[in-house]
Amino acid sequence: MANQPAAGLRARMARWPVTAPPTLYLVLFFLVPTLIMVLASIQYPGEFGGLSPILIEDQGHTRLDITLENYQRAVSETIYLQLFLKSLWYAIVTTVLCLVLAYPLSMMIARSNKKYRDLLLLLVILPFWSNFLIRIYAWMIILGPQAALAKGVNAALGAVGMEPVSLLFSPFAVIVGLVYVHLPFMILPLYANLEKHDPTLLDAAQDLGANAWQRFWKVTFPLSLPGVYAGAALVFIPALGAFAVPDLLGGTDAIMIGNVIKEQFREARDWPFGAALSFVLMAVALLAALAAAWAGKRYQQQAD
Amino acid sequence: MALLEIRNVSRRFGDFLAVDNVSLEVGAGEFFTLVGPSGCGKTTLLRMIAGFDQPDTGQIVLEGKNLEGTPPEARNVHTVFQSYALFPHMTVEQNIAFPLRMAKTADDQIKPRVAEALEDVRLADKGKRYPHELSGGQRQRVALARALVNRPKLLLLDEPLAALDAKLKEQMQLELIELQREVGVTFIYVTHDQGEALALSHRIAVMNHGIIEQLDEPSKVYGFPKNRFVADFIGTCNLWEGTVTSAGERDFVLDLDGIGTARAIPNTTTKAMPQPGQRGCLTLRPEKLRIAADLAPLPEENSAAGKVHDFLYLGDVTIYIVNLDQGARIEAMLPNAASGRTRFFEVGDPVKIAWRVDAGHFIDG
Ligand SMILES: Nc1ncnc2c1ncn2[C@@H]1O[C@H](COP(=O)(O)OP(=O)(O)O)[C@@H](O)[C@H]1O
Ligand SMILES: [Mg+2]
Repeated sequence: MANQPAAGLRARMARWPVTAPPTLYLVLFFLVPTLIMVLASIQYPGEFGGLSPILIEDQGHTRLDITLENYQRAVSETIYLQLFLKSLWYAIVTTVLCLVLAYPLSMMIARSNKKYRDLLLLLVILPFWSNFLIRIYAWMIILGPQAALAKGVNAALGAVGMEPVSLLFSPFAVIVGLVYVHLPFMILPLYANLEKHDPTLLDAAQDLGANAWQRFWKVTFPLSLPGVYAGAALVFIPALGAFAVPDLLGGTDAIMIGNVIKEQFREARDWPFGAALSFVLMAVALLAALAAAWAGKRYQQQAD
Repeated sequence: MALLEIRNVSRRFGDFLAVDNVSLEVGAGEFFTLVGPSGCGKTTLLRMIAGFDQPDTGQIVLEGKNLEGTPPEARNVHTVFQSYALFPHMTVEQNIAFPLRMAKTADDQIKPRVAEALEDVRLADKGKRYPHELSGGQRQRVALARALVNRPKLLLLDEPLAALDAKLKEQMQLELIELQREVGVTFIYVTHDQGEALALSHRIAVMNHGIIEQLDEPSKVYGFPKNRFVADFIGTCNLWEGTVTSAGERDFVLDLDGIGTARAIPNTTTKAMPQPGQRGCLTLRPEKLRIAADLAPLPEENSAAGKVHDFLYLGDVTIYIVNLDQGARIEAMLPNAASGRTRFFEVGDPVKIAWRVDAGHFIDG
């Protein structure tokens, strides 16, 4: 008994070399920056950008010079509310499209011959090997007015007497870009989940009278929900805050909240407001996640 | 009319003939067992009955209807898989309700029928559990309840007890027999365990290399094996090769290799009296041999002498391995009836063995 605390201590000491580096990493590169951002979001902007000091001399006293004005602005001005809603909508559409596109593909890879699975997965992540900007510029060419796609679409529209449209610099282009960029983040967790399914469960379901459609909705899909949630989170969160894709493909018409936040830190030089917008965005993402979790629960209860 | 008819069914995988021209009939209400060594084609045959695999040639007919082209979900046949294949995301009740829901059973009927099925397998209090919260034996029973809840015409069971330990296995065997009698559903049971086959079945088909070697009641398969494979595979058996030297009215005389001369009766199934010069095999179960330190054979007995080579004490019985003076090695079994006495002989003891003329079963050729 007497040496147990010592043994416990030694065990804890022995764990330190393993757990300390990642803990330190998270504190330094996640917790500290987040706290800095929290502080920034309640400060005033500096005269030439950056931040004004948080402590100021006021009539001989040192006082905190902080404000909630940035948050007030972020949630009360309609332009930002509209942008939040639009970004939320783009992110939801992107997530749903990614799910719809990724599911059959992941299922096909998971059920393909073991020999080819690694190759197929490699093909999924192959685009990552070329530069992000190059891939987006490629889409600018594909969707551009001189490309066959836009010409074909506009010829078809003209044939039925409709005005020509611009594919590029439109919400459509932004969604295409967002789906394209985030698709692998849906495929990989879905594949990792589907690949582990026991095929005899499907045999059993079929044996007990389930047709292909029922086998999917009663067995495969509910069992894949953890993969769906993981993939949805990995697509939804970055898509919600995206700025590069709407910057390049969206034109003025289809900017997202991410563009505005970026602008606050760059052109507008209003860091506190940018920080406040970021935290509102984070709150939106969290609320969306809670809503999704609640919907998921309802779905499972309904399946009973 | 038989419930299930399998007519000249073959299944080939590449060059390998897994099921070779099998024909058999299973009657309604029967507990029918396919037994054979691993790889003999039992699962392949079962999967074709369930519809997961198609025969290359031949027909599978259920209640007079050829099942060709009928997918598994449309066959009135359910399977209990060796791994149980319970749906991990559903509770026990939901698992059992699954086939009822697939069959579009009215909602108000599902609850009582699930409860009844749970009652049948004595799991009434486990309905709200998930499969991972159950023991192996309990999962097994859920799989049975799920497969039986909408009373299929035929239940297929592929080595359902293979994953259980010996004690639980025996208990589940008794439960299976009872359950089958209660629900009256026809069972086709697959196992590689000959003891299980003998214990459970009304009839047994012994399979080897894709063919059926013998199809009979358990006592016939055990007592009157059709050939050397069946004799050897079902239970333990002494297989004594020999040549017929003379034939009489009711019996004949054999010269058994390494044993000596012995009288025997003709094969009880074929009843054909062998001719002198013919070779054949006398199969003799160890419990049919009398073994003693010294014995005077009765007039209707054959006998031989040897030395105890080794023995296996099994608790209820002891198996003695005896080297006969003429060279053969045989097995004899003695029940340990006398209390306190664990063995009758020591290694090296000279012993005599004797067996009735009609104790052996002669296999021609
Ligand atoms: N899908 C398949 N492809 C190739 N060979 C198979 C396939 N299924 C079974 N076999 C072969 O057929 C033989 C019989 O298999 P199986 O019916 O599973 O035997 P059992 O159930 O009696 O152990 C085995 O040698 C097995 O390797
Ligand atoms: Mg098998």
